[in-house]
Amino acid sequence: MTRVLVTGASGMFGRAVAARLVADGHDVRTLQRGPSGVAADVRGSVADPATVAEAVRDREAVIHLAAKAGIVGSYDEYEDVNVRGTANLLAAAREAGVARFVHVSSPSVAHLGTSLAGAGAGAADPDRARGNYARTKAAAELLALAADDADGLRVIAVRPHVVWGPGDTQLVGRVLERARKGRLPVLGDGAALIDTTYVDNAVDALVAALVADEAAYGHAYVVTNGEPRPVLELLRGICAACGVPAPRRHVPAAVARSVGGVLDTAWARLPLPGEPPLTRFAAEQLSTAHWFDQRRTREALGWSPVVSLDEGLERLASWTAAERARTVP
Amino acid sequence: MTVRTIPTVASSPPQALLDAGGIDARWSRVVEVPAGGPGTTTRSWHLLDNAATLTGEPVGTLLCVHGNPTWSYLWRRLVAAGAREDRPWRVVAVDQLEMGFSERTGDTHRLADRVRDLGALTDVLGLTGPVVTVGHDWGGLISLGWAIDHPDQLAGVVLTNTAVHQPVDERVPPVLRLAMAPAVRPLGTVTTSAFLETTLAIAHPRLDPLTADGFRAPYRSADRRGGIGGFVADIPATHDHPSRPELERIADGASRLDVPALLLWGPRDPVFTARYLRDLRERLPHADVHRFEGAGHLVVEDRDVAGGVLRWLDARDVGGSPGERTPAPADAPYRPLGAALDERSDDEGTAIVELGAGARRASWRTLAARTDELARGLAAYEVKAGDRVALLVPPGVDLTSILYACLRLGAVVVVADAGLGVQGLTRAVRAAEPKVVIGIERALVAARWLRWAPTLISAGPLRPGVRRALGVAASLDEVAALGRSWEEELPWPAPDEDAAILFTSGSTGPAKGVAYTHRRLGAIRDVVAATYGIGPGSPLVAAFAPFVLLGPALGATSASPDMDVTAPGTLTATALAEAVRAIDGAVVFASPAALANAVRTADDLADADRAALGGVRLFLSAGAPVQPDLLEAAVALMPAADAHTPYGMTESLLVTDVSLDELRAAGAGNGVCVGRPVAGARIAISALAADGAATGEPATTPGATGEVLVSAPHVKERYDGLWLTQDASARDAGWHRTGDVGHLDADGRLWIEGRLAHVLVTDAGVVTPVGLELRARAVHGVRAAAVVGVGPRGTQQVVVVVESESQAPLVADAVLAANVREALEPVSVAAVLVATRLPTDVRHNSKVDRIRVAAWAEKVLAGERARL
Repeated sequence: MTRVLVTGASGMFGRAVAARLVADGHDVRTLQRGPSGVAADVRGSVADPATVAEAVRDREAVIHLAAKAGIVGSYDEYEDVNVRGTANLLAAAREAGVARFVHVSSPSVAHLGTSLAGAGAGAADPDRARGNYARTKAAAELLALAADDADGLRVIAVRPHVVWGPGDTQLVGRVLERARKGRLPVLGDGAALIDTTYVDNAVDALVAALVADEAAYGHAYVVTNGEPRPVLELLRGICAACGVPAPRRHVPAAVARSVGGVLDTAWARLPLPGEPPLTRFAAEQLSTAHWFDQRRTREALGWSPVVSLDEGLERLASWTAAERARTVP
Repeated sequence: MTVRTIPTVASSPPQALLDAGGIDARWSRVVEVPAGGPGTTTRSWHLLDNAATLTGEPVGTLLCVHGNPTWSYLWRRLVAAGAREDRPWRVVAVDQLEMGFSERTGDTHRLADRVRDLGALTDVLGLTGPVVTVGHDWGGLISLGWAIDHPDQLAGVVLTNTAVHQPVDERVPPVLRLAMAPAVRPLGTVTTSAFLETTLAIAHPRLDPLTADGFRAPYRSADRRGGIGGFVADIPATHDHPSRPELERIADGASRLDVPALLLWGPRDPVFTARYLRDLRERLPHADVHRFEGAGHLVVEDRDVAGGVLRWLDARDVGGSPGERTPAPADAPYRPLGAALDERSDDEGTAIVELGAGARRASWRTLAARTDELARGLAAYEVKAGDRVALLVPPGVDLTSILYACLRLGAVVVVADAGLGVQGLTRAVRAAEPKVVIGIERALVAARWLRWAPTLISAGPLRPGVRRALGVAASLDEVAALGRSWEEELPWPAPDEDAAILFTSGSTGPAKGVAYTHRRLGAIRDVVAATYGIGPGSPLVAAFAPFVLLGPALGATSASPDMDVTAPGTLTATALAEAVRAIDGAVVFASPAALANAVRTADDLADADRAALGGVRLFLSAGAPVQPDLLEAAVALMPAADAHTPYGMTESLLVTDVSLDELRAAGAGNGVCVGRPVAGARIAISALAADGAATGEPATTPGATGEVLVSAPHVKERYDGLWLTQDASARDAGWHRTGDVGHLDADGRLWIEGRLAHVLVTDAGVVTPVGLELRARAVHGVRAAAVVGVGPRGTQQVVVVVESESQAPLVADAVLAANVREALEPVSVAAVLVATRLPTDVRHNSKVDRIRVAAWAEKVLAGERARL
């Protein structure tokens, strides 16, 4: 039994990590704004040093998922949570004598907008990564890996790529929302190969990182299912699993990128509600290849994905059917 | 307009330049050399020398001399490559005086001065062990001068795009003539950087800007470029040129060199054209030659010359003790390919029948007489044994008689397929350098305007006026007529002299010339006879080019049906039957495309045609992989025949054979079953390593996938003018590496899984395409399929591109994708794409060009737009 702190346990991914650790018999504490519903909570922000210190007290290990994601907000807002929050946690963890720190990062920290085909875990680049989320996460990862100390706190960075599954509000949620409104275009031919990570595999990878060989620490690893698919096939698969019509409208990729750029600017300068319907970042993500060389990751973490993409889609379909049965009388 | 050179001593290039060129700063040296003449005391040279970074005792020294207007930068990759751990070579690459970063003296340096200066430099340097000179452009000439002057140290010479002889009666290449004109020279070479920029601009592929800047670095201003003009002024193009005597001395001396020699050549060179290579080959007949098809004057930059030089040094054991090359396997008794013709010169029976418009029939006696006349006639036209003769004549009596005439004479026939297209054909024929082209009118037009050969001979009729317009020397009839009065003795060529250069289809890169000796051609006949029992009692109908020519060698009456042999799909069932009836044919050779069309047109057959086809006892589908269902359909056409299909390639026309019955017995497997080795042939597999390279020792372990190796008396002698390719293909003594990948099954049958260049390496291991393609093609709605990889080797993703009957491009719908994935399990497929049409090779229209498909898939799966 290990005493673990999981930050950001209110989202699908973080909650699943906390739940898994509880199920495995660990002593789990969680830190996030709301209740996690799966373990003892410390509620508050990672940006607040006092809250962080309280959360880290007596812990042997930390899995740090808390982050400001999405695309809305100023750089400062992202920096506050993603960079300062990480710095707070690292300092508190060192102070509290934590042994292992699993920093959850993102492949976007090394993505400069071009296609990634079979790429490794490139160096995080806070200056050139795309968008506030990726830039601040890049800075956070650099901080985290710099804090790795062979004689003290050991830090490892894990970058799961597009984590999805039942209850996911990011990929699945957005696809469904747009598909229902008939606003889910396919960019270009929809052939860009994109790899994703089914949530259970991502959870396994973080748990594996927690107990990985010492030698694996001090580095970053991209985690995916290792099953890239043309983006159109992924969208069709998700739509089919959730019982909504598949996308039909094709928009040229270049047009989508420019429109995204314009909307980015509009949302940044004008007091518009919610998120823009398309961002340049999203357009780039959906029209360029993103898949990764998993050999090093699998060897270093002693992990490999158990749930295949097809199996994941089936689970998503069952879950959707169950939800529907529950909500529709 | 004159530009004065400002005297400047040698210096090392700036660090940034060295870094950009991957040049270790320790290699860059400045050396003071006592001047030979009165006046100045020393000359300072800049050079690259890897001696300081060698970890072991070098085998010897490579002395590299650049030409005009480059500098030692040209050799940077060789300097680096020499400093390897195993068998290192010290590599010294000099900047000549007035050039690169060596001293600017303002003096004139004649050729003799440059040779002497280089000697003075090496005296000071002290070269280690045996020396191999390496030269490019005019540096080749200077390096040869050094070689001739240092016979005790010399162990070998390497020359790249250079010339040792500039005959006064031949015209200097136009590009140089312009630069040499006294009025133009200073402007073109010194005042402006035009000469330098022109040289850099003709690199193939284009130089990247950083590399081009490296070449420009020492020649940034006019006062630094004096040497470039000086070099051009020193080209001894006239009788009275001061450098003429030294040129003659080097040219003569080169002809007496007996050390190992390597000629590496970029054929797309406007200055050092093919005739300079020819001149060098004549002077150094023992030289190994490699033409890098597509490369140009800057061949050292265009291709991996560094790797090639080191491979050659190792293979020839230059600088080591001369070892014995592995002896060739013992050969069967030799019988010339044309022996049967000679033996049956009194036989009035039918030898050959040509059907269609202008149908002809020739008896053995006529054919033998015609062959003999043509051989003598060619001799009368001063075609000698060893001269190359390109044949561009459709199969039939003319081609057969001229082919056997050349073989009788000892002239080397050059045969390239019209399917290569004019461009491919031109590249192929010019690479073989024939002295004569014999062709039909259409071929002669191309031969004249594209400069395939100096002498043209016409086969068949010419339209009025064409003869004069093309400068055709003679017609075949005229050659034969002359031959009738040519009484001199005609010796038979020796068995191990070259007999033929056959060109590959070029489906994997430019077509390669494959050389066969007379002995090996004879062995092809013998293996066909032994494998299929073909001889005097088995008349054969050949609708597939190579075999049309074999009939007379086998002593079998042969017929070619009325069809366009260059377009196999034009063979109709009726035409096939007509040919069979004409000679009472027992054996039929056809390509799958020809067979398919014959099957398609079977309904047109008359009863007499059907009866004739019923007499065929054996048919062979040759030239490309064939589907068993096509063989079944062909058997329906020729019900008494055994269906066979051989597997082979230009380098070994027959490797294995399989019958339809055996194909049925073998069932499905990973790849296409091609059967067992033919008589006298052995097969081995060189297993693939985890990275997809064929590194295994030749073995016959069942189930192991690797490159297919063949050993047989009828395998090619070598690749022509492609020493490096030959060396790689023959690196296992006695074996030819086919470039195909496959495995042997427990019953000793060979299964072909694809080309080595098409193997995928995924994170789950090596994946071969053919077996998967067969499984994909079995999926409903799939007409054709290609399996290719995208992404970096080692973590490639498997992509299946299909031609579909019902779907439009690009991402396959969910049902098709699921069906294809299921068919290919357990291989994980990243994407199933639909293409309108998969590109295939020109010759057989049946082999999918997977390299092109892969490049296309790589783009579209990265989200880019691309056309297939």
